Amino acid sequence: MSEQANILEVNNLNVVLGQNTVLEDINFNLTKGAYLAIVGPNGSGKTTLMKTLIGLVKPNTGDVKMFGANIDDLPPGTISYVPQIKTMDKAFPARAIDLVMSGIQRRWSFKINSHDSDRVATIMHEVGAGDFIYRPLAALSGGELQRVFLARSLIRNPKILLLDEPATGIDLVCELSINKLITEYNQKFGTTVIMITHDWSAAYHHTNYVLLLNRRQVYYGESKTAFTDENLQLTFSHLGHGHGIKFGLKI
Amino acid sequence: MLEALTYPFFQKALTAGLLTGFTGSYYGVFVVQRKISFIGSGLAHAAFGGVALGLLLGIEPLLTAVPFTILVALAIVYLQKHTQLAADALIGVLFALSVALGIIFLAVKTQYTSDAYSYLFGSILTVNDQELIIALLLSLVTVLTFFKLWARWAYSTFDVELAGADKIPIEFDNILLILLISVTIVISIKIVGIILISAYLVIPPASARLISSSFGSMTVISVIIGMLSSMMGIIFSYILDLPSGAIIVITQTMIFFIIVLISLIKKNKK
Ligand SMILES: Nc1ncnc2c1ncn2[C@@H]1O[C@H](COP(=O)(O)OP(=O)(O)OP(=O)(O)O)[C@@H](O)[C@H]1O
Ligand SMILES: [Mg+2]
Repeated sequence: MSEQANILEVNNLNVVLGQNTVLEDINFNLTKGAYLAIVGPNGSGKTTLMKTLIGLVKPNTGDVKMFGANIDDLPPGTISYVPQIKTMDKAFPARAIDLVMSGIQRRWSFKINSHDSDRVATIMHEVGAGDFIYRPLAALSGGELQRVFLARSLIRNPKILLLDEPATGIDLVCELSINKLITEYNQKFGTTVIMITHDWSAAYHHTNYVLLLNRRQVYYGESKTAFTDENLQLTFSHLGHGHGIKFGLKI
Repeated sequence: MLEALTYPFFQKALTAGLLTGFTGSYYGVFVVQRKISFIGSGLAHAAFGGVALGLLLGIEPLLTAVPFTILVALAIVYLQKHTQLAADALIGVLFALSVALGIIFLAVKTQYTSDAYSYLFGSILTVNDQELIIALLLSLVTVLTFFKLWARWAYSTFDVELAGADKIPIEFDNILLILLISVTIVISIKIVGIILISAYLVIPPASARLISSSFGSMTVISVIIGMLSSMMGIIFSYILDLPSGAIIVITQTMIFFIIVLISLIKKNKK
């Protein structure tokens, strides 16, 4: 069946930044509707891998194909990307609605018409951000901002949704509802999801595939069989901060 | 006062003032939000070297200042990309070199120093046709950029990474912006003077920022303030017979403080 064709192929990827080899020999494929968690310690190359997938970082060797094409040749709006939360530029005059609009326009909007603002309002309600559509971004909390970013990425109905630690700074209840929402998009629309997370339990329960990363790819496969003691030791312990810790996932 | 409007020199100054007021305050919103106001002052000093070269060679200073400034601008962009140095340090180096060259050019050609005064502080008496034509062309190009490039510049000003993920040609856009800012600076020299140009670029957008909730409204308000203050400044400069650059910047500063005051009162009322 053509649905089982790979929509993402990552072949022998190596990325060097400055003097550091940040990613070494990464290989994996995803089919339509897959939900992948990328798990690994700080500095293991998770963000770099995601940026390489979307073409923000160029690999030194190897390549990334989406729908059989190079990333730069994809139709606009195919992917959307929620970056790892960072300190916002609070000096930039923008409201939540302006940021979400950039998800549709792929440009900044000078003016927003009422049809578009209705569309924005609908999606913002869906992610629990309906109360601050017109609030300045500078006046949002970290978790509120994260929800606005999520609305921004969902509004364009991407084929592939990439999320870099979307649960950071979000309270537990909201995290659960966001996880549910992402799962819903994944199942209802067949959106392929790639999520970086530090939450092993969420990865185990919600996703179908896990990539354990520590510069090299320690494990890639079904999420149910990912979190063995051995895999976690390999992924986390030789960075110096994992000694003596008993790994293993209590579920 | 009204009769001044019939003098060709005054008409030229007023037109040039409105045009540079427009382009300066339009590009100024990007200068302010990208936090590159040091580029404004750096390029103004580069322009000084270019003007001095023109005076030395006895040709229209605009003809040397435009390429000279663009060259320095490109050098900044190039060095910023290919060295580890921060942009302000690089600009510090190039800026010192241009000013030093400018001083030497002027020292060699002593009889032109009175002209140099009008370039440093601005003089509405000396705006000529070439400057007017370039200001007009630049304004037309600027209006075009509003339709084609504003939305891209604004996007990458907000966040380079998001813009990059959406395939905005960031580097190309950035070079284009810096080039247009360079030309804006050079043609503003006669009206504003080299010393005050960076203030001229920054004050209208900074004032607009205080009362804008979106980048679109900030752009509009900045342009209104920029054109209004240039017009008022040139009229006052004529009436008071004082250097136009200083009067324009003082007008802008007064508008800035009035807006600060209004926004403070509004805040207290809430
Ligand atoms: N531009 C760069 N130049 C040199 N090294 C870099 C650059 N960007 C990242 N690195 C290095 O690459 C490594 C991987 O960084 P990356 O941001 O991908 O890690 P991460 O797994 O996302 O970590 P975290 O969990 O903290 O978000 C780090 O050691 C980092 O210092
Ligand atoms: Mg990261």
